[in-house]
Amino acid sequence: MSDAMANGQQMLTTADGKPLKQALARAQSHAKRRAFLLVLPLLAFILITFVAPIGQMLKRSVHNDGFTMHTDIGSGVETPIMVNLKGWFKANPAGTSPDEPAYAALAADLVELKRLRAPGQAGTRINYELSGSRSLFTKAARKADKLEPPYKQALLDLDEDWGDPALWRVMRDASSAYTSNFYLAAMDRTRDLDGKVIMVNENRQVYVKLFKRTLFLSLLITFLTFVLAYPIAHLLAVLPLRHSNLLMILVLLPFWTSLLVRTTSWMVLLQSQGVVNDTLVGMGILGDENRLQMMYNQLGTVIAMTHILLPFMVLPLYSVMRPINPSYVRAARSLGATSWTAFRRVYFPQTVPGIGAGALLVFILAVGYYITPALVGGADGQLISNLIAFHMQKSLNWSLAAALAALLLGGILILYWLYDRLVGIDNLKLG
Amino acid sequence: MADHQTSDAFVAFERVQKSYDGETLVVKDLNLTMPKGEFLTMLGPSGSGKTTCLMMLAGFETATHGEILLDGKPINNIPPHKRGIGMVFQNYALFPHMTVGENLSFPLEVRGMGKSEREEKIMRGLERVQMGAFANRRPSQLSGGQQQRIALARALVFEPELVLMDEPLGALDKQLRETLQFEITHLAHELGITTVYVTHDQTEALTMSDRVAVFDDGRIQQLAPPDKLYEEPMNSFVAQFIGENNALEGVVKEIKGDLCVVQLDSGEVIDAKPVNVNKVGDRTRVSIRPERVEFNKSRLQEGAHTLKAEVLEFIYMGDIFRTRLRVAGIDDFIVKTRNAPDQERLRPGQQIDIGWLPQDCRALDA
Ligand SMILES: Nc1ncnc2c1ncn2[C@@H]1O[C@H](COP(=O)(O)OP(=O)(O)O)[C@@H](O)[C@H]1O
Ligand SMILES: [Mg+2]
Repeated sequence: MSDAMANGQQMLTTADGKPLKQALARAQSHAKRRAFLLVLPLLAFILITFVAPIGQMLKRSVHNDGFTMHTDIGSGVETPIMVNLKGWFKANPAGTSPDEPAYAALAADLVELKRLRAPGQAGTRINYELSGSRSLFTKAARKADKLEPPYKQALLDLDEDWGDPALWRVMRDASSAYTSNFYLAAMDRTRDLDGKVIMVNENRQVYVKLFKRTLFLSLLITFLTFVLAYPIAHLLAVLPLRHSNLLMILVLLPFWTSLLVRTTSWMVLLQSQGVVNDTLVGMGILGDENRLQMMYNQLGTVIAMTHILLPFMVLPLYSVMRPINPSYVRAARSLGATSWTAFRRVYFPQTVPGIGAGALLVFILAVGYYITPALVGGADGQLISNLIAFHMQKSLNWSLAAALAALLLGGILILYWLYDRLVGIDNLKLG
Repeated sequence: MADHQTSDAFVAFERVQKSYDGETLVVKDLNLTMPKGEFLTMLGPSGSGKTTCLMMLAGFETATHGEILLDGKPINNIPPHKRGIGMVFQNYALFPHMTVGENLSFPLEVRGMGKSEREEKIMRGLERVQMGAFANRRPSQLSGGQQQRIALARALVFEPELVLMDEPLGALDKQLRETLQFEITHLAHELGITTVYVTHDQTEALTMSDRVAVFDDGRIQQLAPPDKLYEEPMNSFVAQFIGENNALEGVVKEIKGDLCVVQLDSGEVIDAKPVNVNKVGDRTRVSIRPERVEFNKSRLQEGAHTLKAEVLEFIYMGDIFRTRLRVAGIDDFIVKTRNAPDQERLRPGQQIDIGWLPQDCRALDA
């Protein structure tokens, strides 16, 4: 004891003289290990199902080896392709017009493509950036064995598109698997012959417009859910538990029915021969020929998504409102505030964390929403996610889909960061 | 009650009733008048309707029947923010998103007061509760006692004439509670504020108030200054609720002026003062304060009735001795004696005779 007193300034030790820190670490290590083992399955699950795919997606958005590598489906053997052409591109700077050696390299590569049965793959990669190029490759590869020098003339005889400088620019970019061209495409941009970034033709600009529309509609939907959810959440919070439970069930009902059922029921309601229009026409408010177009446009998307996302706003709001003691508002009133002032200056500020949480939740869900706009959005109610799906399923341009998705992810992270700076993520209250 | 006339009453409840559900009356026929500057406490067990009365006065609940007058004017139709009543809540109700200074500034801002005047009043208000250095803190950074001081300062800063406090010290520990009890009464008297204070703690009620209204079952059971309340309880509920009390049950045998004879259920006969009994044959519960019980024959009146008692337990409490006796069939009869040099210390098992002055033994309702 006196020892310990004398060494008071030095390291603290346990009764048998071991350093206190060490002893504590040893005592806790067992508990820590056990806790880690408990979360291990979840950690592995998240790594496998979330982190890895996102990493894959990010890689795919900047990496496409369709023009550089052939993988045999059966054996899995990888063979580099277009190696001769790549050599020529290395030796000659961008902008050099293709000469005879260039065409000779191309012809040799086409022969190799034919042997590997890979002209479609290479053509598809070029086709992403220059539509119509796929058939160029398949056609040329079919006749590749019969090509005779001079190759330039031979290829141009086959199809004069082989002389298109744009084609050579795209092949040069594609000859390296890593490229930023998909991001450029996702932002309606492309490269000119010198490799400078330019906008694509006006009539082909879709993505920026769609990003803007997605942003606008998501903000609108977030705002609408907020306006609708705030009074409901307040009512839920102040009603006696008996009544509020019933109301809560009504709010949660959408959670318990399939998304498709809900969306379809909106279609039943809103289409031009639907319940709402029939009722309005039946009551004589609308003429039969003036039926409202509430479906297959932006209005349909907004209405259906606002309804579907409403609970995600109500719940965080409810969870901040429930614990707010009524005595705050009473105190404000007794101090001389009108009910509006008491709401504005005392009640509302205390619900801000819930508004932030709900808005963030709804906005992020809305930005990535796919099925509802696909069903009720028509042509101008589509969101960016519908285009991502299109590139995943129809055009099979996965790299572009990945670039679009990565931009979406980046945008959301920026918003999240902004939210953290402005409101503080610690203030987020989800329940 | 008769000594304050309704005409000069600052606060008046007239035949007020309140029901929340239309089935039960939470407040049944409340009549109460308060002169300006009085410190009145509503004391009663939980659920007796105290908060409801306060909320009706503040305007957050409406009276189902009857009228509430403030300064002679009915206030049933005045909204809460126009009543100019300061309120202190049990949970303090300090706005968590505002600093202490902003909390105090709030009532002044909504009254449209200029910045310099506000700041001066805030500073003065904080000084009054010894919290001058805390203007920039958040409520969450303060201890419970400090928060309650701020809540008090906020309720006073706009100089209301009437302040309502609903169990403001209920969440604090004993020592802090006593300090704040003193500070609150001191401030109320210094500023000449009329105060309605709600508590379920009888010591608090006795030490702070000019008058105490004892609530039970939606009625005022007794309204009197603390000393009268303690020494002259008007019914069994008040006698039991205020202070420590010995109760013996029996039947009235004889009434002669302000003296009556009660035969206890165990058969013994005692003298008592008839307070809440009407006629011979009524059942009664007599009440005697533990410090008014005598076992020293020489201090009793000539010919006074006495009871046989057996000492069960002697508890030494420092300043007093607390002795538990078996008397007339009950064994929680308490006697308190002062720790004086000549005081006899009873031993368990000892047989004694106890008695009291008839006026200290009150025959109340059974
Ligand atoms: N808002 C309310 N709705 C319904 N009943 C209430 C309400 N407030 C209080 N009560 C009931 O009224 C009675 C008196 O309550 P209250 O005035 O709070 O008593 P106290 O403050 O004396 O504890 C209780 O039985 C309580 O359940
Ligand atoms: Mg209460």
